[in-house]
Amino acid sequence: MATSTQRANQLTMADMKGRVDPDWCPGCGDFGVLAAVQKALIELQIPNHNVVTISGIGCSSNFPGYMNTYGMHTLHGRALAVATGLKLANHGLTVLVTGGDGDGFGIGGNHFVHSMRRNVDLLYVVMDNQIYGLTTGQTSPTSRVGMKTKSMPFGNIEAPINPISLALAAGATFVARGYSGEQKHLTELIKQGIEHPGFSFLDVFSPCVTYNHDNTYQWFRPRVKKLEDDSAHDPTNWLTAMEKSLLWGDEIPIGKFFERTDVPTLHGAEPVLDDGPLIHRGLRVPTDAARSFVEELM
Amino acid sequence: MQQTFAVGIGGAAGQGVATPGDIFAKIFSRRGLHLNAYNAYQSIIRGGHTFLTIRTGPGKVTNMGDGTDLLIPLNQDSMDRHLKLLTAGAACIYNADTVKPGSPADGVQLCPLPVSVLADITRNKVAQNTLAIGAGLHMMGIGFSALEEVLREQFKKKGDAVVAENIGVARAGYDYAAAHFTAFPNALPKTEHRYAILSGNVAMAMGGAAAGVKFYCAYPMSPSTGVLHWMAAHARKAGIMVRQVEDEIGVINMAIGAAHAGVRAMCATSGGGFALMSEGLGMSAMIETPVVVINCQRAGPSTGVPTKTEQGDLWQMLGAAFGDYPRVIAAPLDIGDCFKLIPEIFNIADRFQCPGLVLCDLLLSEGRLSVEPKELDFSPPIDRGELITTNGATPDVGTNGDYKRYKITASGISPRAIPGVAGHIHTVATDEHMEDGVLISDEFTNPVQRRAMMEKRMRKVTGIEAAVPAPALMGPRNADVTLIGWGSTKGVIEEACEILNNQGISANQLQIRWLVPLHGEAILEILRDSRHSIVVENNYSGQFARYLRSETSFVPDGHIRKYDGEPFMPHHIVEAVKEQLAGKTHLSVPMHEIMV
Repeated sequence: MATSTQRANQLTMADMKGRVDPDWCPGCGDFGVLAAVQKALIELQIPNHNVVTISGIGCSSNFPGYMNTYGMHTLHGRALAVATGLKLANHGLTVLVTGGDGDGFGIGGNHFVHSMRRNVDLLYVVMDNQIYGLTTGQTSPTSRVGMKTKSMPFGNIEAPINPISLALAAGATFVARGYSGEQKHLTELIKQGIEHPGFSFLDVFSPCVTYNHDNTYQWFRPRVKKLEDDSAHDPTNWLTAMEKSLLWGDEIPIGKFFERTDVPTLHGAEPVLDDGPLIHRGLRVPTDAARSFVEELM
Repeated sequence: MQQTFAVGIGGAAGQGVATPGDIFAKIFSRRGLHLNAYNAYQSIIRGGHTFLTIRTGPGKVTNMGDGTDLLIPLNQDSMDRHLKLLTAGAACIYNADTVKPGSPADGVQLCPLPVSVLADITRNKVAQNTLAIGAGLHMMGIGFSALEEVLREQFKKKGDAVVAENIGVARAGYDYAAAHFTAFPNALPKTEHRYAILSGNVAMAMGGAAAGVKFYCAYPMSPSTGVLHWMAAHARKAGIMVRQVEDEIGVINMAIGAAHAGVRAMCATSGGGFALMSEGLGMSAMIETPVVVINCQRAGPSTGVPTKTEQGDLWQMLGAAFGDYPRVIAAPLDIGDCFKLIPEIFNIADRFQCPGLVLCDLLLSEGRLSVEPKELDFSPPIDRGELITTNGATPDVGTNGDYKRYKITASGISPRAIPGVAGHIHTVATDEHMEDGVLISDEFTNPVQRRAMMEKRMRKVTGIEAAVPAPALMGPRNADVTLIGWGSTKGVIEEACEILNNQGISANQLQIRWLVPLHGEAILEILRDSRHSIVVENNYSGQFARYLRSETSFVPDGHIRKYDGEPFMPHHIVEAVKEQLAGKTHLSVPMHEIMV
């Protein structure tokens, strides 16, 4: 997601606060993600009326209401489709899409895959807690095999989605993983994702303290290892990024897996948008074009 | 009755039925004649049976009519299906080498063409089609130069040799007919008018462009795909962003996203795709972002008959998405109206910030009609409603400010700021919300606020009613029978009324264009004088009759319904009216005599 060229004057944390405070459970990982997104926007000094935060439905999808940017709290699973339309109608806006693993990888799985291959210019932050929270604790597409939930009380028998591998395979041009417990690192990834021209996917471990008793802060803390600390890691190499994406267990990589900037964005690839955002165009079809449309039929 | 002439061309898909159809259509329209074309076909790319009816005449031709004057069967199957339906005065041109005629009715002229003698069929695979066009034209009393001109355009890209060969073949057919066949008694007339020939899908796409649509997206689905094709082909000239999306759920949400950014956004689909869109319509209503959705109905349920027409989605449209919300639904009355309606419904959707639904059907979407070019007006009135696109006097600050996106007003309409406007930052939500957009569904539910917001949105219905005209009666006020129809049946009912009036049964017509709001009071006022009312519709259960009853308590005297996939022909309605006036039945389901 490329940065808007316009810069704001001295945005502070107070400018980023939405009309209401988050109603997440105390200790929820999403607090850390919200703070990191707000910090990233401040550091980038993007005027907040030029930012649109778009979400689906779920605990984490309440996100736009806690931001002081334009916001859309849309339907379950549909945030990326809405965001694509909005970005194409006004590509001058900075678009952030936020949501959870159920919203993005379950009900919204189709849009997730297609938005990546289209290289829509936006940052998609998934607060991945490996559980359905707002519906009070059911198995999600990223729940591990064996995990016991209300919907699979004898343990999950379905293999989870690997969001990083999936994003790499679908053609996302920026693929990263963050951890809510690593604020500075997460903020940096969000900044990079916003500045990346194209589809930026950021999967964030955002522990659910109420319903997921397997993947807790205590579970993640010793396991997460920053790719940035691995001098051998080359984020321009898709194959090694794919290999890294398969690591899970005692060591789980976080950080930027992959980035490429040589693929045109969806709005950049469409000549109709060469004359600037659609929203600033006149409503009428040019007279000579209109005449030719009718003459074709004669 | 005005004079019309109908050509029927039948063959397998892939045999080239469309090209002779296009050529006849061009020649007729350049003679200043009106025309109506309807293609009966199946969901198959090669094979099956396709039957194209082109009906032409100097006056408006509103439907496919009752009969065929000139039949051109391109294969045996078409000959077997259609020859028996020809009546005295009609003619049939066919390839004598490959097709054997049955025994036609008295007075039907058989016109066998010795195709292998007249053309080199090893070189020209569609020689029989071209010969038949030439022969047919001679019999209609049209000079050869008209055909030569069209063939030149048609084959220009393939080079002079192909042009010359096709003109030669056409000429051979023309001359053969002059020597061997009897021409029709009345040569096709000629007028100074020039008409545009277009399908309903092209009309709706162009209507969208005229309305200022800047974003169009779709998933291919018959019979709506023609809208996508026109949009895609003309996007760059018209300045429209056109996207093909992964599914119709994506389509409606993408369109709403674009609309929310402030542009006019439209999408089209058929019943199955519309079903997938329904949750999105609720979002459009809840966040109050207007979007226009076209449903080109085909015969359902489920995959149904993808290439056949029906008016079976009315209740789906009425009930699409859960909860109560203001919506507008309109059914275009003919192909010209497909164009006109789009800017009108956009104005209503924009003013009242609600979804605008267009209920079209295959008959209009894929049919073709001659339209006066000036009716294709690319400067229609545009009313975007209360839209805030600049911050005006509001200071350029990023703070929340006092702006209330869902401000409670007497009209129910709240001025809509688009993203990017400083000083108007807000979040819209599909959850119920307060005036400032903050949710009341999560932390603090609030029955008073919920009621106020519900009433605010629903107050828009009153404004919409005032903005949409009530329907009017066509024909004499005091008639023996009133035929009530909606949408695409306008033309065929009109012609049925004309036939009935000529036969001494006075008939008038009430055709509904705006389905929601319906204007029940005005309809009741019209129907109060009716001596015998019959609802005519292309579905099984009488969906409109049931809707009319639910809105007005009006119960018609009878029903004429058709749900075999094919449109009404005038005589279906005429005969049904007669049997109902004679007291034989209250429900007529005419049989479609043509097996297509």
